[in-house]
Amino acid sequence: MSSVIDRAITGAQTWVNERAPGLMPFYRKHMSEYYAPKNFNIWYIFGILASVVLVNQIVTGIFLTMHYKPSAAEAFASVEYIMRDVTGGWIIRYMHSTGASLFFIVVYLHMFRGLIYGSYRKPRELVWVLGMMIFLALMAEAFFGYVLPWGQMSYWGAQVIINLFGAVPWVGEALTEFIRGDYLVSDATLNRFFALHVIALPLVILLLVTLHLFALHEVGSNNPEGIEIKKGPKGNRWSEKAPADGVPFHPYYTVKDLFFVSFFLMIAAFILFFEPTLGGLFLEHDNFVEANPLVTPEHIKPVWYFTPYYAMLRAIPDKLFGVIVMGGAVLILFLLPWLDRSPVKSIRYRGPLTKALIAIFVVAFVALGWLGLQSGSTAQTWAARIFTMYYFAFFITMPIWSSIDSVKPVPDRVPAHD
Amino acid sequence: MANQDVNTGRRRFLTATTAVVGAGGAMAAALPFLGSWQPSARAQVAGAPVVEDISKLVPGQRVIVQWRGQPVWILRRTPEQLATLPTQDSRLRDPHSDNPEQQPDYAKNEHRSIKPEIAVLVGTCTHLGCSPLFRPELQPEPFDAQWQGGFYCPCHNSRFDMAGRVYEGVPAPTNLKVPPYRFLDDARIEIGVNPEGAV
Repeated sequence: MSSVIDRAITGAQTWVNERAPGLMPFYRKHMSEYYAPKNFNIWYIFGILASVVLVNQIVTGIFLTMHYKPSAAEAFASVEYIMRDVTGGWIIRYMHSTGASLFFIVVYLHMFRGLIYGSYRKPRELVWVLGMMIFLALMAEAFFGYVLPWGQMSYWGAQVIINLFGAVPWVGEALTEFIRGDYLVSDATLNRFFALHVIALPLVILLLVTLHLFALHEVGSNNPEGIEIKKGPKGNRWSEKAPADGVPFHPYYTVKDLFFVSFFLMIAAFILFFEPTLGGLFLEHDNFVEANPLVTPEHIKPVWYFTPYYAMLRAIPDKLFGVIVMGGAVLILFLLPWLDRSPVKSIRYRGPLTKALIAIFVVAFVALGWLGLQSGSTAQTWAARIFTMYYFAFFITMPIWSSIDSVKPVPDRVPAHD
Repeated sequence: MANQDVNTGRRRFLTATTAVVGAGGAMAAALPFLGSWQPSARAQVAGAPVVEDISKLVPGQRVIVQWRGQPVWILRRTPEQLATLPTQDSRLRDPHSDNPEQQPDYAKNEHRSIKPEIAVLVGTCTHLGCSPLFRPELQPEPFDAQWQGGFYCPCHNSRFDMAGRVYEGVPAPTNLKVPPYRFLDDARIEIGVNPEGAV
């Protein structure tokens, strides 16, 4: 019996290989003979978690479009219809809205991993730049998606973000009108944001993710030691030519990833079933009021993943400069590979100055995120200004402090820890 | 790494259990997605029973009401029309309404209705779902020289008599469907609910 199945599988493999000879080499290059450093730690799970969330967003998004109506007259009611009347609609929508927040948690941690282990350093600059492009596309995707339920926060969030483009000298007003397709945020705006959210940006993100992975597999993964395993000695259990400190991605890291994916799904399920709005953080309560172009909600704020940048915008008392600072805060991250001049990659071999500055940076970023959620008293505005200053100073002075800080010698091979 | 021997039995067991548990989880996760294609609560409400006042329906007249989005005909037949019903049995495919799918038990009779004169029929052809035309006149028609009055489907020429029974030699396989219905009183009829005590 089993020999019949084995023969059938072998036969099918031969049949496919004769007709698509590139498939097996592709699989070997990216899975079974992709040698990843053997010393990955928990920081290396967020890439796979991001892909899991991406698949979740695509699948739940497809099912939401089956019931959602992208028109100003019907959008709000159609979301309530999904929540109340469609069988399983509530969980599909919560999977999508919770998924959006989890996406940003995972992506922020993924980026932080890159920062502490120097994963953006040569030869991985392109991997980092493509990743940053994914981050930008993701921010746009999240913003467009947040407009679709057509609640008060959707409406006034769209109003504020679109008006940021009004700060552009001379053409600003015309630009905002072009984006809205109307003199105010309206049905036309909602309809085009729907198109961008459900098809245009997802295609861009999928393409960028593919390029991100190809670029990574070309140079190979970094690791917590920041040691180039490809430059080290060759030969391991599986191949004479493979790096001695590498293990095949499949099955070693697929199994590890599977374990952490299960763990991650448990946390996700807990949020989904017990606290789907996370106290108004993942889904704002004010968005349960239908969009009203005549009344702005008392306390307007973006969803948590945008609040660090929102706090910067609010802290600057000038429209154009505020927009430049907010945009600059994201764009400066693109330059990270060239700002970091340290002779070593990983934080494990870097000096106390670097460790302290990165620690303060984390505090500043989280504090900005918290400040962006508050109503903005004078003290809070000043705090936001100080943290904004630090945010930019961290990057602008990085070429200096990263080169003068002391370093420890980096071994040639991945050391064995107890 | 010290032990290079592979315990293939244990490995196969772990692979199989992981795959089975994973497949179980995937199937459980698929349930709400499959469920979301079911008629929603709104669609189910739209399928609720409808009540129609038929006190002003004169003999020979028909009204069309909507039930679950489909046309339902309510027809008050004249004594002449009722008299034609027994005469056509030899030309009909199912003259005695033996197909239990097409009417509730309380409508399995000569006139296919609770009250002989009041016919209640789902107005969609059992062939491919067009709504047949009402042709009550007892006169030769292009599609039937001995036409006794009834319903004629313009899509593929299916023909039904005044009780919605299908003629032989047409594409429609069965008689027109009789929906569940009951009389609330002499004037009002409720479509979608069986009479009390009936199934």
